[in-house]
Amino acid sequence: MSFQATPELEAEVNELISHYPVKRAASLMVLHAIQEKHGWISSEAVQWTARKLELQPINVFEILTFYPMLRQEPQGRYAIKVCRTLSCALGGAYELHHHFCDKLGLDVHKHGPQTTKDGKFTVEFVECLASCGTAPVMMVGDNFYEGVSHAKADEIVGGCK
Amino acid sequence: MAQEYKLILKHADEPGYTPDIECYLRHGGYDALKKALAIQPKDLADGKKLSGPEQIREDVKVSGLRGRGGAGFSCGLKWSFVDRKSGKPIYLICNADESEPGTFKDRQIMHKDPHQLIEGMIISCFANDVKLAYIYIRGEMPEGAKILNRAIKEAHAKNFLGKNILGSGYDLEIYVHRGAGAYICGEETGLIESLEGKRPYPRIKPPYFPAVLGLWMCPTIVNNVETLCNVKHIVAMGGAEFAKLGTPNNTGTRIVSLSGHVKRPGYYEIEVGKATLRELLYDKNFGGGLRDGRQLKAIIPGGSSSKILKAGEKFKLKKKDAEGKDILVETDMLDLPYDFDSLAQAGTMSGSSAIIVMDDSVDIVKALANLSEFYAHESCGQCTPCREGSLWMSKTLHRLTHGEGRAADADYLGKIADNIPGGRTICAFGEACSWPVQSFVAKFKDEFVAKGAADEARRAKEISAPADAEQKQLEAAHH
Repeated sequence: MSFQATPELEAEVNELISHYPVKRAASLMVLHAIQEKHGWISSEAVQWTARKLELQPINVFEILTFYPMLRQEPQGRYAIKVCRTLSCALGGAYELHHHFCDKLGLDVHKHGPQTTKDGKFTVEFVECLASCGTAPVMMVGDNFYEGVSHAKADEIVGGCK
Repeated sequence: MAQEYKLILKHADEPGYTPDIECYLRHGGYDALKKALAIQPKDLADGKKLSGPEQIREDVKVSGLRGRGGAGFSCGLKWSFVDRKSGKPIYLICNADESEPGTFKDRQIMHKDPHQLIEGMIISCFANDVKLAYIYIRGEMPEGAKILNRAIKEAHAKNFLGKNILGSGYDLEIYVHRGAGAYICGEETGLIESLEGKRPYPRIKPPYFPAVLGLWMCPTIVNNVETLCNVKHIVAMGGAEFAKLGTPNNTGTRIVSLSGHVKRPGYYEIEVGKATLRELLYDKNFGGGLRDGRQLKAIIPGGSSSKILKAGEKFKLKKKDAEGKDILVETDMLDLPYDFDSLAQAGTMSGSSAIIVMDDSVDIVKALANLSEFYAHESCGQCTPCREGSLWMSKTLHRLTHGEGRAADADYLGKIADNIPGGRTICAFGEACSWPVQSFVAKFKDEFVAKGAADEARRAKEISAPADAEQKQLEAAHH
């Protein structure tokens, strides 16, 4: 599968590069832009980014492999991230993660990303999402949810068409 | 009774207050910037002139403002370290990577009052001759990044940003840079590496002090969101007036993030040191007390890295008596004033001003296992003691919470934790991952030992039990 950058992505990336006196600094933002449009970052996308930023592919690849938010493989259409860290754990985050995994047929003990067979959902435990006062919290894509009860969790899943 | 004092969050939660620039302007927004730009050079007694920016820097020193990100370092002093003679550009980065577990104050500012941050940044940049600045916001706050981008665009349209700001001849651009889920990016040199497009491996100090060799090896200021907002208020009211807020050496206000087992978790802005932990936990205008029927077990007072305080712990706190002499006063942990210095005297810190409350329903071993898993996940892997140590601690705590513990694990954990910090690692993450382990194990040792011992006893039984069962099976097969 080859990576095709749309004119929109090209334009966005060029704009991002203009924000920095050194092209390399745009790496993370460029990878964000690619992931937003494609859902993940393929090795072709890494090569394209490297060419765009006048880097070696390894310079881009080492970023891709470090940051937890960046994906090296396709994920579900809906990425569910449940906060795992202490305040949320005190507020029932483990039970919430368990609930999602149970409901979607995933391994309740696995903390890393897991995708349902139909490719619709990816569920993972993530570290502190910085909203500890409204625990437990979670995200679906860019949307943020606070004080998530199991009923609310069902509603959220139900709303993912 | 202690009260909230809203300086930074004065408008954020008012009904009808919106994050757009028109609303901000209606509430006196950007007046402090206009004031800053209009400051005239001041003649000093020795014949020297103090420029406007120099006067702002002096005023920030006078204000006593200390960094709100975690370390509590003097902002004025930090600015004074900037190498202004190198001839290189000076950069400013707003650290909006809010990721210390327990902390959620910067989120409120950025989401609800983004222009306050932008104004604070513009003034801080003007004061330090910065022409290019970045907001490094954590990746998990896409909404915050959008709001900030919108705010920057609006500020541009009104010429608060861009070329020749309000006719002053001063130019500035601010860009939003998103992280991607790594806690280590909150460490200022790791953040700088990340912004440069590399893995966020913290740099060693010396020589890489950001004030001298920061972003692209140029002098760089890295300040927290709340710190930069405070600069706006210092210019608006004057540093001396600002210093009247709070308590000596702990000036201004702080937004306290309160989470865990209280009835009213949330964020509360107080004058620094003007409320005690007891008031923050129990007063009806703050935490509102614990859940019914529950007793306090412990609190983590300044974000997950700070050392835990056990209910009932007593500390000797330095105070002045009626004649102004220094005396030591025995103080219960709940009666500690919530400020930088009192918590330091109690052997912990106010850090990012995030309090996590735990009642007697909490399994303290499990709580530490949770935090250690966080640190094992977030160690950047650069320094061996931290990379290996954080993982060993997490694995040990994992077995302690999964029926595989040993009575000696408590001592084992302490030993690992003692061998990570203290100059063995490049950055303070080594300290951050060790302090919870050291303090939890020291203060709740019985619970760690008991859990390990119970596991050992159970396993001993299980080892003999299957052998019996096997024997019976064999016998049954022979009959």
